[in-house]
Amino acid sequence: MALTSERKEELTKLTKQIRRHIVKMTHHAGSGHPGGSLSATELMTVLFFDHINVDPQNPDWEDRDCFFLSKGHCTPVYYSVLAEKGFFPVEELMTFRDVDGRLHGHPCAEHIPGVDISSGSLGQGLSVANGVALAAKLDGKERRSYVMIGDGESQEGQVWEAAMTTAHYNLDNVCAIIDWNKIQLDDFVENVKGMKDFAAKWRAFGWHVVEINGHDLDEVDEAFREAKRIKGKPTAILAHTVKGKGISFMEDTHKWHGLAPNDEELELALKELV
Amino acid sequence: MTVQKAPREGFSEALIRLGKQYDDLVVLDADCAKSNMTNFYKDNFPNRFFNIGISECDLVGTAAGLAIAGKVPFANAYANFLTGRAFDQMRISVCYSNNNVKIVGHNAGTSAAQEGATHLPLEDISLMRSLPRMTVIVPADSLEMEKAVEAAYHFEGPVYLRVGKLPVPIVTNEDDPFEIGKAIKYRKGSDVTLISTGIMLDETFKAAEQLEQKGIQAEVLHVHTIKPIDVEAITTSAAKTKRVVTVEEHSIIGGLGSAVAEVLAEQQPTPLKRVGTNDRFGVSGKMPELLDFFELRAARIAKTAEELIDIALVK
Ligand SMILES: Cc1ncc(C[n+]2csc(CCOP(=O)(O)OP(=O)(O)O)c2C)c(N)n1
Ligand SMILES: [Mg+2]
Repeated sequence: MALTSERKEELTKLTKQIRRHIVKMTHHAGSGHPGGSLSATELMTVLFFDHINVDPQNPDWEDRDCFFLSKGHCTPVYYSVLAEKGFFPVEELMTFRDVDGRLHGHPCAEHIPGVDISSGSLGQGLSVANGVALAAKLDGKERRSYVMIGDGESQEGQVWEAAMTTAHYNLDNVCAIIDWNKIQLDDFVENVKGMKDFAAKWRAFGWHVVEINGHDLDEVDEAFREAKRIKGKPTAILAHTVKGKGISFMEDTHKWHGLAPNDEELELALKELV
Repeated sequence: MTVQKAPREGFSEALIRLGKQYDDLVVLDADCAKSNMTNFYKDNFPNRFFNIGISECDLVGTAAGLAIAGKVPFANAYANFLTGRAFDQMRISVCYSNNNVKIVGHNAGTSAAQEGATHLPLEDISLMRSLPRMTVIVPADSLEMEKAVEAAYHFEGPVYLRVGKLPVPIVTNEDDPFEIGKAIKYRKGSDVTLISTGIMLDETFKAAEQLEQKGIQAEVLHVHTIKPIDVEAITTSAAKTKRVVTVEEHSIIGGLGSAVAEVLAEQQPTPLKRVGTNDRFGVSGKMPELLDFFELRAARIAKTAEELIDIALVK
C-alpha cells in the first residue's frame, strides 16, 4: 500500500514543523547538531508516525517496538518527533540543553519518556537493538527493534561486531536505518576514512539491503514495509540523504554538523520552512 | 583583568612549534580535529597528520604501531571516548608494551558543557591513573599546557594529557618551572593545604584569598602531574598545616583526591576532604553553570577548609 496523497501532505507538513523545531531548539541552546537532524527528518517522521508500534501514553508498554538513536547527537530531530508524537509537551522543546531541564544534549534514558537507551558515545546502538530483538524471539513476541546509525559512526568497530551478531542470529526483527549523508564532523566521510562499497559491506555481513532516497516519503515508507516483509535476515535501509537538508545554507557541508544558528540565521532558516 | 584562553589553543600552538623542530612528531585524531584544534597541525604538516575517523580503539592501536616504528605519536580524541572505549588498547598495546604514545583527552571536565553526561569526562583521570607506566598530566591553563606538551614530547614513555575546550583564566606565569612529577607551591600557609589540579587552580587561589579574609593562612599546592604524584611536596606541606583539601574538576573517586588520600594515609596521616564531582553523572549546561551545579567554586573550597579546621579544633 503506497502513501495516499492526503497522508503525504500531512507528513510533509509534519517534516516542516519538525525542521522548524530543529533550528529553533539549537538556536535556543546556542549549540547542538542541526546537520544530521535535518538529514534524518523524513526517516524519523515516517518511522514514528506510520510504522513503529509505540504508545506515548504508556512509554514502557512491554510489547512496544524499540527505537535506538545510535547517532545520539541528533537529539533535535529525536526530541521533536517524540514531542509531536505526544511523549512530552511540545513546549518543552525550548528547554533543550538547559542546565535545569531534562532534554540534555544527548538522550537520557532515565529522564525522557520514549527514550530506551542513553546514547551519544557513537557505535553502541545496534548491539542494544540486537539484545531487545533476541529477547523478543525468546518471548515469542512480534516486537521490532529499530536503530538509526550515522555513516561516519559506521567507522566504529562495534557497529560491525553487532552487524555480525544480528545476521548470525537471523534477527529479522531488527531494522537498521543508516543516515547516509556522506558527511561526518570534520569533513566528507570520503576524506576522513571512506566507506568504499558501503552497501556491499552490509550485504557481505548477511543483511538484506534497501537503498533509497531518504527524503522521498514514498521510498522511506516502502522501505519500512519491505523490512517487515523480509524474513530470516535483518534489513539495513541505506538512506541517501543530504546533511542539513531543507535549509539551503546548511545543506551538504560539515560546517553545520555541530553549530547552532544565530538570530539572523534562524530567521533565514524559518523563512525557508514556511 | 586576567587573560582568558582555551587550553586547547595552547595545546595546538605548542604542537605546531614542536612539529617544526622535530620531524618524528606525528598527530592522530578521531574525527574531532576541528574541535581538538589538531586541524592546525594538519595544515602545517599534512603528511604527519592522520585522521583515523570515529574509531578510537583503532586510533590508539595505530599510534602504538607508529611508536614502534620510531615516531612520537600524539593520539587525540574526546577524553571519555578515548579513555573509556580504548582503555584496553592503552593497557595492552601502549602501556604493557611500553610504547612511547602520548594520549590526549579533549573536552575535559566541564568544558564538554551542553553536550551533557555522555561527553563530560569525570572519570578519565581515575582510569588513566590505574594503568601501570602511564604518566598523567592535568595542566591548569593554556600557558602551562604549552609547557606540558613540550615535556610530554621529550618524556620517554606513555603520557595522558588532559585538555579543556573552553577559555579559562591564565593563572600561571611564563617563568614558572614545569617538571613532570613536581608539584608547584603557589602560596605559603600554615593552617591548611589546598591541593588543586587542572583548571581548579583559579578557584583555589580565590578560596585562599577568602580564607585569608578570615585570618586563615592557606598553602596552595598545584599538582599538575597526578601520576607519578609528588609525595614529598604533599607530605611536607601536610606535616606543616595538618589539614588538606583536594580540588579537582573530576570525580572524587580515583582522581587527585584519591591519589592524595593514598599518600597521606600511608605516609603522613592527616585529616582530608575532597572537593570534586560526587559519584554521579553530569548534565547539560554552559560551563559556568556546570561549575555552579557541581559546586566547583571558591566558596565551597573555603567552606570545606573551614569545616576541616573546626573539626581539628574540636579534637
Ligand atoms: C565514540 C564517539 N566518538 C566521537 C564522538 C564525537 N562525534 C559526535 S558526532 C560525530 C560525527 C558523526 O558523524 P555521522 O555518524 O556521519 O553523523 P551525522 O552525519 O548523521 O550527524 C563525532 C565524531 C562521539 N560522539 N562518540
Ligand atoms: Mg554523516
